Amino acid sequence: MHELISSNKRRTAFLMAVFAALLVLVGMAVGVLMGNGPGGTIIALVVAGFMAFGSYWKADAIALAVSRAVPADSTEYARLHNLVEGLCIAAGLPKPGIYVIHDAAPNAFATGRNPQHAAIAVTTGLLEKMNRVELEGVVAHELSHIRNYDILVSTLAVTMVGAVALLTDLTLRMMWWNGGRASRDGDRENGSNPLAYLGIVLLILAPLVARLMQAAISRNRESLADASACQMTRYPPGLISALEKLQDDVTVTHSASMATAHMWIEQPLSGVGDTGRWAKFHNLFNTHPPLEERIARLKEL
Amino acid sequence: MTTVLIVLAVIVVIGVLLYNSLIQRRNRVDNAWSQIDVQLKRRLDLIPNLVETVKGYAAHEQSTFDAVIKARQAAISAPSTPAAQAGADNAVTGALRQLFALSEAYPDLKANQNFLALQEELTATEGRVAYARQFYNDEVLGLNNAIQKVPGVFVARVAGITAREYFTAEPAAQNPPKVQF
Repeated sequence: MHELISSNKRRTAFLMAVFAALLVLVGMAVGVLMGNGPGGTIIALVVAGFMAFGSYWKADAIALAVSRAVPADSTEYARLHNLVEGLCIAAGLPKPGIYVIHDAAPNAFATGRNPQHAAIAVTTGLLEKMNRVELEGVVAHELSHIRNYDILVSTLAVTMVGAVALLTDLTLRMMWWNGGRASRDGDRENGSNPLAYLGIVLLILAPLVARLMQAAISRNRESLADASACQMTRYPPGLISALEKLQDDVTVTHSASMATAHMWIEQPLSGVGDTGRWAKFHNLFNTHPPLEERIARLKEL
Repeated sequence: MTTVLIVLAVIVVIGVLLYNSLIQRRNRVDNAWSQIDVQLKRRLDLIPNLVETVKGYAAHEQSTFDAVIKARQAAISAPSTPAAQAGADNAVTGALRQLFALSEAYPDLKANQNFLALQEELTATEGRVAYARQFYNDEVLGLNNAIQKVPGVFVARVAGITAREYFTAEPAAQNPPKVQF
């Protein structure tokens, strides 16, 4: 279990490094094509960072409002409160805000910039369908997201996606409007530079690759949360049983949207269980590993 | 000469940082230990209410009530060594199990909202005690690792920070208490 957690963390670091390298490559391509050096990359990074971290700071309030979550009363939802408190003791975390979403589909998410400003929301569907140990497993998974600062990690990923998108979009637009002439320092032999063509290809593909990286990081953190949850409860069968129940359930979560999809314990959007010809390609964009894979990995613990 | 001084300064800084982190870990272990007591105490505080609720429905099961009350008293006045605490705690668990078994014979009691709420509270509290012990053991693991691995081992020896013991279940706890109807 501990090895699984450390290897997961190493994988995140690796993915982040590759992502940063992609950003640097894009920046270099822009530099070659525009002839104005790293200035553009830095501006794009700053703008994207500003937007992303602004939303990160208020992440808990925004996510809860978007999902129409209401605070969970401690007498009405005593069991939920008790489970969260117990797990917080096990993890040494302060108790997060606890919210309920009135939706029949079983699902849950965690949000918040750090453990001191965190919140967990579960749907009424989850509370009805899961028994005590399964609910505990799900809550442990969500608390693990908080403990591992996954909100921060995914904000960093979103920042980089945003920076890449901004940069490539602006650059391609400027090149288009300038008729292919980007350099301002007098006319150079820019057109015959083979790197320029490579740069253009890179710029077109970059946003796509950035989203793939973001999805890969998200899947990685979901696996980490599963392993961390089992370390918290010391009882893998609880979470395994919950995931198996989620596998059988086909209700679509209505309170979710594309923007919040990555935070839920199970992918809330329909059309995810693709098996057609393009399935492999579609699956690269999944924010969560497939349930069978998650269950199999946990059973090995 | 200056390089030697720089190297020495770096070593001192690293030493200070390590020392601080070891102190932090040790204090966390102490805190975790006292948290276990907090949860145990909380559980003992719930018992009188539970006994009163059950008495309302099963007044003549006096022997069971007596067992619970006696176990609680013993736990409150037990010496604060870990072994004595664990032993007293086991006795309370056993007595409570008998008490809850009563609800099987008295369906009115089983349906009583107050009783159900107390049952949930007690289950939750026992969970919290278990988690507090788990957290203590995790913190001890972290401290022992830090003290025994290479840079930390030197600082620990100088600072006099020693490895701590894990909380283990008493041999008696390995045999669950018997429930008699």
